Amino acid sequence: MQPANLLLLTLVFAVVAYGLGYARSRSLAAPLGGIRHLKSLPFYYGARAALWSGIPALIVLGCWAAFQGKVIQLIIVGGLPPELIPETEGQASLLLSKISNVASGALPAGFVEAPIAEAAERLEALRAQSRLLMSALVVSVSVLAGFLGWLRIRPRLNARSQVESILKWLFFACAALAILTTVGIIFSVAFETFRFFGKVPFTEFIFGSQWSPQTALRADQVAAEGAFGMIPLFTGTLLISAIAMVVAVPVGLLSAIYLSEYANKNVRGVVKPLLEMLAGIPTVVYGFFAALTVAPFISDLAASLGIEASSQSALAAGGVMGIMIIPFVSSLSDDVINAVPQTLRDGSLALGATQSETMKKVIFPAALPGIMGGVLLAVSRAIGETMIVVMAAGLAANLTANPLETVTTVTVQIVTLLTGDQEFDSAKTLAAFALGAMLFLSTLLLNVIALKIVRKYREQYD
Amino acid sequence: MTDQRSQAEIVRQSLKRRYRKERRFRAYGILAIGVALSALVILFTDIIGKGYTGFMKTTITMEVNLDGDMMYLDDPTDSRQLKMADFVEPLVQALIKEIPGATEEDREDVRGLINPYASVTLRDDLKANPDWLNTTRTMTFLSHTDVDVYVKHAGDAAYSIKLNDQQKAWVETLLERGAIDTSFNDTFFSGGDSRDPSKAGILGAIVGSLLTMFVTLILSFPIGVAAAIYLEEFAPQNKFTDFIEVNINNLAAVPSIIFGLLGLAVFINLFGMPRSVPVVGGLVLTLMTLPTIIISSRAAIKSVPPSIREAAEGVGASKMQVVLHHVLPLAMPGMLTGSIIGMAQALGETAPLLLIGMVAFIVDVPGGFFDSATVLPVQVFLWAGSPELAFIERASAAIMVLLAFLISMNALAIWLRKRLERRW
Repeated sequence: MQPANLLLLTLVFAVVAYGLGYARSRSLAAPLGGIRHLKSLPFYYGARAALWSGIPALIVLGCWAAFQGKVIQLIIVGGLPPELIPETEGQASLLLSKISNVASGALPAGFVEAPIAEAAERLEALRAQSRLLMSALVVSVSVLAGFLGWLRIRPRLNARSQVESILKWLFFACAALAILTTVGIIFSVAFETFRFFGKVPFTEFIFGSQWSPQTALRADQVAAEGAFGMIPLFTGTLLISAIAMVVAVPVGLLSAIYLSEYANKNVRGVVKPLLEMLAGIPTVVYGFFAALTVAPFISDLAASLGIEASSQSALAAGGVMGIMIIPFVSSLSDDVINAVPQTLRDGSLALGATQSETMKKVIFPAALPGIMGGVLLAVSRAIGETMIVVMAAGLAANLTANPLETVTTVTVQIVTLLTGDQEFDSAKTLAAFALGAMLFLSTLLLNVIALKIVRKYREQYD
Repeated sequence: MTDQRSQAEIVRQSLKRRYRKERRFRAYGILAIGVALSALVILFTDIIGKGYTGFMKTTITMEVNLDGDMMYLDDPTDSRQLKMADFVEPLVQALIKEIPGATEEDREDVRGLINPYASVTLRDDLKANPDWLNTTRTMTFLSHTDVDVYVKHAGDAAYSIKLNDQQKAWVETLLERGAIDTSFNDTFFSGGDSRDPSKAGILGAIVGSLLTMFVTLILSFPIGVAAAIYLEEFAPQNKFTDFIEVNINNLAAVPSIIFGLLGLAVFINLFGMPRSVPVVGGLVLTLMTLPTIIISSRAAIKSVPPSIREAAEGVGASKMQVVLHHVLPLAMPGMLTGSIIGMAQALGETAPLLLIGMVAFIVDVPGGFFDSATVLPVQVFLWAGSPELAFIERASAAIMVLLAFLISMNALAIWLRKRLERRW
């Protein structure tokens, strides 16, 4: 049975278990003189039976569905004749896709070697067996556990507290998923990153000023050596982020100041949602706008001024990214400025300062740490932003500070290295994960600092 | 005394300058808002200006003589004959008759006006109506993409017109006679992706988006709400729950592409799930939107006043009953609006989906969660990168559809908030 159908079946079993548990608790209570002689309401006995039936079965189903593919692969590769056993992981994945193509019928069995055709048959058989075993196991676990839960219904049983504590653990598991996600991120990038550093020295990656990830697939192929120095990527990223900040910080900050200090309620009610709309537009739309409207406009403008600009420029990508980030800066600054107590404002105005003087000399210094935190968060977002730069920044890894030239960024390289056909074990693919690790670490650092600053600042007036 | 007077004098003299500064500062604020809003306006006008033509198609209406001898076809119900028959010839002949001054020698140029898929349409029509054979009918066919581009963008220097001068003249005359017409592009909403812009549609991407969103919604909403309930109501104040909190806040600010790396490494490489399917996309987007949903759900729970809790506890409800029977229903509107906004973000997300293979060229409309699929923003990305300029208007049109979805989701969230908001 397919996992999706099995999932439905498990749910049906749980509902049945609920009904049976409910009925049993009522029939147990009947000779005692009604359900008031039960420790809990019949609902909780039913729910307890349903949980007993459902949760273990779901765990079994989840584990089986997650790992069956990997286990079957191992068995298949282990069962191949010795001369066919692949030496590298790249060959292994090739062989496996060949076998599964034969098994799915995409590749006729006559076209491949006999052992592979056999392996494909074995794969089919194993898959069928696995599905059968999984169905049998899940159904039996569900029925057995449900039956046990049903059998143990006693009038003195405190079903409510049991159900509640199971629920509490479920809620806890959901919250702990955040940790699991972080751990997953760390492990998924860490393993490949370590393997990458087995091929390319760490110092070359950190200090190298050349980036050209094309490596020769075959020994006789003419290709670049493959250089993995991340400095041009990081300078490109920083250049684009800096341009974005030059656009976003003044515009965002000044509009936040105007909206919080000067604007009347109606203007604020209209302008604020409009500004927030900028944040809700998908990044691919900004990328489209940057690549097809802004970049040609900039290169035409530069050409008419007699400056040379490439058709994909850091300025286009950074400028559009800045527009995207305006609402982040403005809404964070708005929060912080509003958090400054009115007494400070009143005090300053009472001394005869104008509103702008109050703003510049009193409110702004008081809000500065919080604003800094918000700006750091925006920088982190700019560094990690992908679609705009993928569409508008270009692929050439130039080590330059000229915003009219094309540069490439960390995220662009991750996308280009990992989309399309990948070689399984090459330095090229692994490099994407190493870049991902660097990106994760740098944004993590920025986020932690920013969140600390924002939080610490907020406590000052509370 | 004189000192004080001079002080006041200084202040008075400086007042003008200070008020000027004040006005200037105000102007800066207005200017900043103007810059931001004009960026929004420019963005929208640019996309609408580029894209409204994407909702239109160019068709040619002509009298087609469905002559069996010309097509080498005597029995339209015979599938073998249908396969071998020539459906281009009647179209070319019909067009040559339609164009004044066109002769047999121009047949290649004439053929360049008709869409390559028009012959397929003709075949399907004949297959459905076998009795049309050997009659003359007025039929409407898609024009060639080049004609489409010429009709829509003749004056636009950005588009290269591929028609030659003779073809242009023909198109002009046909336009005057009303044989070439533009109408609402239903193919755009009923087809999957295609290499030919005139056949390319967004239905496949919309269905893919809906399937992906469905997986995201059924996973992220319950999990997010459960996590928020735990953290807000049950979590003890200890190092571990602090750690969970820090993690959630960090995950909310982790770049989306990192979630793509996670999906690639865990779901595809470790668990061996298939690439480019809605299930994997939905799982990745779930992990990505969870922090948003948890944070907004916590805020919603926090806003439920303690008196409600105390009242419920006072009549003997257990902690879990307080939460499930009283706090959760009251916090639900806030949770819903937060989740809708989180889902809107997920709907517009592209980068992580690129890494799990959702950039594949997929013509079919996906039929299930395990079918290869693409989503709307990825479709926009693919079309935007296409060398054919005719895809640019499709991409803009697809963006308009995407934005329509997003704006309606956000409007729904605002409406729900207004409608269900409670003040205590």
